[in-house]
Amino acid sequence: MEGKTIKVLIAKPGLDGHDRGAKVVAYALKEAGMEVIYTGLHKTVDQIVRIALQEDVDVIGLSIMSGAHIPITERLVKKVREEGIDDKMIAVGGVIPGRDIPKLKELGVQGVFPGGTPFSEIVSFINEHVKKSYTNLPSK
Amino acid sequence: MGVAKYTKDKKDQIIDVTLQSGIHVKTVYGPEDLERIGFSYEKDLADPGQYPFTRGIHQEGYRSRAWTTRQYTGFGTPAETNERFKLMISHGQSGLNVAFDLPTQLGYDSDDPMAEGEVGRVGMAVDSLRDFEVAFKDINLEVIGSGLTINAVASIMLAMYQAVAEKYGFDPKRISATPQNDILKEMIGRGAWIFPVEPAVKLIGDTIEYSMTTMPRTNPVSVCGYHIRESGATPAQEIAYAILIANAYIDNVLPRGYNVDEFVGRFSFNLNVFGNIWEQVAKFRAARKLWARNLKEKYGVKKPSNMFMRGLFGGGGYGLTKAQPENNIMRGAYYALSAALAGAQTTALCSYDEAYTIPTPHSAVISLRTLQLLMDEIGLRDTVDPLAGSYFVETLTKEMEGKIEEEMEKIEKAGGIVQAVATGYIQRLVAQQAYEFEKGIQSGELLKVGVNIYTEGESADVELHEYTGESAETQIKDLQRLKRERDSREVTRTLLELETATKAGKNVMPYLVTCCKAYATVGEMTRIFRDVYGEFQEPNLF
Repeated sequence: MEGKTIKVLIAKPGLDGHDRGAKVVAYALKEAGMEVIYTGLHKTVDQIVRIALQEDVDVIGLSIMSGAHIPITERLVKKVREEGIDDKMIAVGGVIPGRDIPKLKELGVQGVFPGGTPFSEIVSFINEHVKKSYTNLPSK
Repeated sequence: MGVAKYTKDKKDQIIDVTLQSGIHVKTVYGPEDLERIGFSYEKDLADPGQYPFTRGIHQEGYRSRAWTTRQYTGFGTPAETNERFKLMISHGQSGLNVAFDLPTQLGYDSDDPMAEGEVGRVGMAVDSLRDFEVAFKDINLEVIGSGLTINAVASIMLAMYQAVAEKYGFDPKRISATPQNDILKEMIGRGAWIFPVEPAVKLIGDTIEYSMTTMPRTNPVSVCGYHIRESGATPAQEIAYAILIANAYIDNVLPRGYNVDEFVGRFSFNLNVFGNIWEQVAKFRAARKLWARNLKEKYGVKKPSNMFMRGLFGGGGYGLTKAQPENNIMRGAYYALSAALAGAQTTALCSYDEAYTIPTPHSAVISLRTLQLLMDEIGLRDTVDPLAGSYFVETLTKEMEGKIEEEMEKIEKAGGIVQAVATGYIQRLVAQQAYEFEKGIQSGELLKVGVNIYTEGESADVELHEYTGESAETQIKDLQRLKRERDSREVTRTLLELETATKAGKNVMPYLVTCCKAYATVGEMTRIFRDVYGEFQEPNLF
């Protein structure tokens, strides 16, 4: 899998329209050599999962600023399992209080990146995680 | 976040300061600077209350009246919001500023599947007039004015405000609503849009036209440079885009056969206080001047008071940090100071915990006290435009004016503001700037206390505003009861009339008022607009 471009979906689930963070992270990931697809605003979980399937992305990144990160993530994880694509890395960013991070991890989110997380941290986390899941692939 | 670039030598001496709008600040300013910029007291300043209003729109500034404070309030159910309103009024707040939840902002009823998990979360849920009746109970709407922070469906909310006022026996001619009602900025920044650009702007034109006669004390549009700035625009771009957006709304109303003097005096602005203190002061002063000149020279406005840039200069959300949140209290105070030094007429301040959550009552009151303290304790009411005549401030104000005009020209060259929003030209520019800015913070090129300098120390805990699904359940139950109890034939009839009027391109406002009075829901009225107008297609930026 060496040299394969990592494909990331940056998604804005729900009705929140604050997309500065989503766009900024999209630029950072692009600059780090990843391929980025941005869903645009007001997407339902079903729409996001459909795009993830169609585009065959490695990572689904949710950007949530409204405080609704737990219910939205719950729905996404459920849908991803139903569609049988739960091998994809799921990341959540936005206004995420520290006390909610363990809960999100429990739900199956690998990377939680609250506002202000350095780009380098997000990039290396994705790089390592996606590489690891490729390495683990045959044993699955 | 950090807002100017500082070049320093090895001894930490500053060699250069570059403000976000691209202006270099000199070490010392003197009379030669005023000469260099061709400064003229009459043309550039004039007395306070005199055209071009650089020194403020009122002759006596805060001497005659302190600023109006309008903290952004509202969450959960209308009953909870009503309690919070009364708390803020009892603390001396002079106007309300209503926050709506996202389903309401996007025209979905609380029981719509799209609303799941969002009901009452970031503001008050409003489904029908019933909710306004609860939220505004026992509030004297002829005394207290209300900012309604809603855009895509502002027409519906303004109609509902008239309906609730009438229900409680107030005269629509005496009530004062300020719906935000600025859809172009939603498309650039805040993202709560529904309809395509053209019908969305037409709906704003409808509210302006309707307010003129029916609710003349209403400020039908609050043009928000604020959110454009939050999305990554420079202070100069913030003002440039705000003026161009306001012009787009004027241009929608003029062909309907009105004289601009009949309505433009009710326009207001919502501008951001986050940034370098000098650049902010210069920005507000230059903005007042350019708006007045724009109206006088481009539109031939005659009445001086119609050229006032009235509005709320406040907020500062993007400047607040999650790191060391208590610092945000001080940060907010300095931001508010810049607004006061520039003679802001109305203000509000983000609360220190807003990088985490909806403000708690405790933090909302701290913000209010910050604003009151400036007026009543520190001396900001002493004299009008205290910085006038400063070599530095006058030079910077003039330079800001030039930068704002440059940004306006760029947009005109890109086909005008409506085109620049529809194609994503502005969104792309602003997002790229936001990225560069973020990199500056992360690399330490832009200084931010608690984030990339002075980071040591314990971070305080923030008390979180609790969201419980219970409010949502109550709201949905109330909505279902309403649907059973209301006269459904009357609802159908009024909605049909609205649909016919919408298709015919008529002013929809009187029809919306009738629908509201029949207890038609926000979702039902919006559905008609969605069907007739369609939805905005977001331009692809990547």
